[in-house]
Amino acid sequence: MERRLKTSTKVYLTLGLIALSILLLYVASKTLDTYAIRILRLIAVFGVMAVSYTFINGITGLFSLGHAGFVAIGAYTSALLTMSPMQKEMSYILEPLIWPLNVIQTDFFTATLAAGVMAALFAFLIGYPSLRLTGDYLAIATLGFSEIIRIMALNMQSVTNGALGLKGLPEYSNIWWTWGWLFITVVVITSLTYSSFGRALKAIRDDAIAAEAMGINVFKHQLMAFVISGFFAGVGGSLYAHLLTTIDPRPTTIGVMLTFYLLIMIVLGGLGSITGAIIGAALFAILSEWLRFVEGTMHIGKWTIHGIPGMRMVIFSLLFIITMLVWRRGIMGMEELTWDKLYNWILRLRPRRKEG
Amino acid sequence: MSGTIFLQNLFNGLTLGGLYALIAIGYTMVYGILRLINFAHGDVLMIGAYLAFYGVTLMSMPWYISVVVAILGSAGLGFLIDRVAYKPLRESPRISALITAIGMSFFLESFAVVVFGGIPKSFLSITPRFLKKVVVVFGARIQVLTFFALATTVALLALLLWIVYKTKIGMAMRAIATDIPTTALMGANIDNIIGFTFALGSALAGAGGIIWAMRYPQINPYMGFMPGLKAFIAAVFGGIGSIQGAMLGGFILGMMEIMIVGFFPQLAGYRDVFAFVILILILMFKPTGIMGKKLTVKV
Repeated sequence: MERRLKTSTKVYLTLGLIALSILLLYVASKTLDTYAIRILRLIAVFGVMAVSYTFINGITGLFSLGHAGFVAIGAYTSALLTMSPMQKEMSYILEPLIWPLNVIQTDFFTATLAAGVMAALFAFLIGYPSLRLTGDYLAIATLGFSEIIRIMALNMQSVTNGALGLKGLPEYSNIWWTWGWLFITVVVITSLTYSSFGRALKAIRDDAIAAEAMGINVFKHQLMAFVISGFFAGVGGSLYAHLLTTIDPRPTTIGVMLTFYLLIMIVLGGLGSITGAIIGAALFAILSEWLRFVEGTMHIGKWTIHGIPGMRMVIFSLLFIITMLVWRRGIMGMEELTWDKLYNWILRLRPRRKEG
Repeated sequence: MSGTIFLQNLFNGLTLGGLYALIAIGYTMVYGILRLINFAHGDVLMIGAYLAFYGVTLMSMPWYISVVVAILGSAGLGFLIDRVAYKPLRESPRISALITAIGMSFFLESFAVVVFGGIPKSFLSITPRFLKKVVVVFGARIQVLTFFALATTVALLALLLWIVYKTKIGMAMRAIATDIPTTALMGANIDNIIGFTFALGSALAGAGGIIWAMRYPQINPYMGFMPGLKAFIAAVFGGIGSIQGAMLGGFILGMMEIMIVGFFPQLAGYRDVFAFVILILILMFKPTGIMGKKLTVKV
């Protein structure tokens, strides 16, 4: 039997949870060491990217493989805005940075917003032609676009500094910025998902032809969703760049590998679930740190390529394949972790205890 | 561009195109039957090259035996990938199989990093000496390897066409590409035919990987990614599902790639972009490719 909580109770619970989270984050930022705090920040940054990714892949049902491209756009945009003109002059050794970019400098918030807008613009430009495609063709086309973005970043020496990348960015992505943006992302994406817009998206996901027959403009809705997802990917990129403090056009930083990682997160968490995406992001960030022992204790030489250790990725990919084969709904499936669900859980736990 | 350089580019384009064709066939055959983009196909190419490398360096086999063993190994790997990762998902939504294929590709790459090491290895010591000689044709200096690669590619393509069109198993493959349930009713073992298709495509990819490694004499765990993607583009270009289309698409793509860089050297950095631009243009304007059949969605 499904029991529901009163709306007012849920509001109080949510406010309480937010207050508790702020308190916990405050305590964490004061007591934990920098390593643990770094993981916390990483969880939030991956969370922003994964939530925006699941919005397009899980909720809209478009299988895009180009998310890293938008992350890259966001990362470069905001990095170019937060670096000081002097720093830029020193970094661009081979070719100087082109005009307006070499003199302007903004604060982190503006830069992140600009990163989101820029990524959304690119999402529009990419989505407009490619959303006419469906299924696996769309996947390949978006993958192609994200590779194009990466190769552009590699070759446009006077804008992106080419293969050298941008180094020494200010480490703005502290615990408050990252978790703050994650909060904003979740609020926006959740309210969109549960609005009439989101219901239209889910209708399209479940049956595009039926949705169109009901009068939903499929292309317009999908393009809107793509652009919104692109915006938050750009925001995630900005946070990512100012967490790593460097950005370069290697596949592992902003290329297909990043898209793979995000895919692992949302598949583990449950494709189509926002809370699932966050759980997936947290699992990925924590596991990839925790699993370092696999590489540490076994001492089978240096298994690294481009700074990406090997064994952890084998474990992740195996986990990913096994999830797809035997547990395709992932942790959350298409559902969300709600107060009602928690309440029912607790109710279900109680009688069992009496019997025992 | 002078005549000799043009001739050189022509041969480079043909060889590269032949390699794309070899790899593209695996994509197109699997897609024709299962409607699945086998993302792991490019990584089979990489494993094939590594098998040939270790056959010579570790097992000290002569190169020709090592190559045969590597091709058989690739075929086995292709068969295994299908059995382990794709067969359990035959009845699931197509996108699940695609996601699993991405996972498989990721697994093979990270597995190769762990087992073979992430540092690129030189393939030059493996390449037999006579292939490294250079001959002069109308003033253009061309490696014997180029002719050898081209001849091998053409021979393999001919062999494949023979298998598909003249043998019983080839007939079964063409039958399941048209209609799986009906073919099953005729008493054919669907899983074995699909497995054979994977093995055949992977054998060609393995051969392609070895030739690739000889021509661009370096192997690393990620070497299969780009050729794989481009071969897929070639398959789409030619019309996915069509074997002749994949061959044609491969040759055209390889030739265009070399020629564009040949005529406009300043675009060399954007060489990889070019294939994707072609892909997107084709998908926009003629998604069925040159020789593909039109697919309609039934409501």
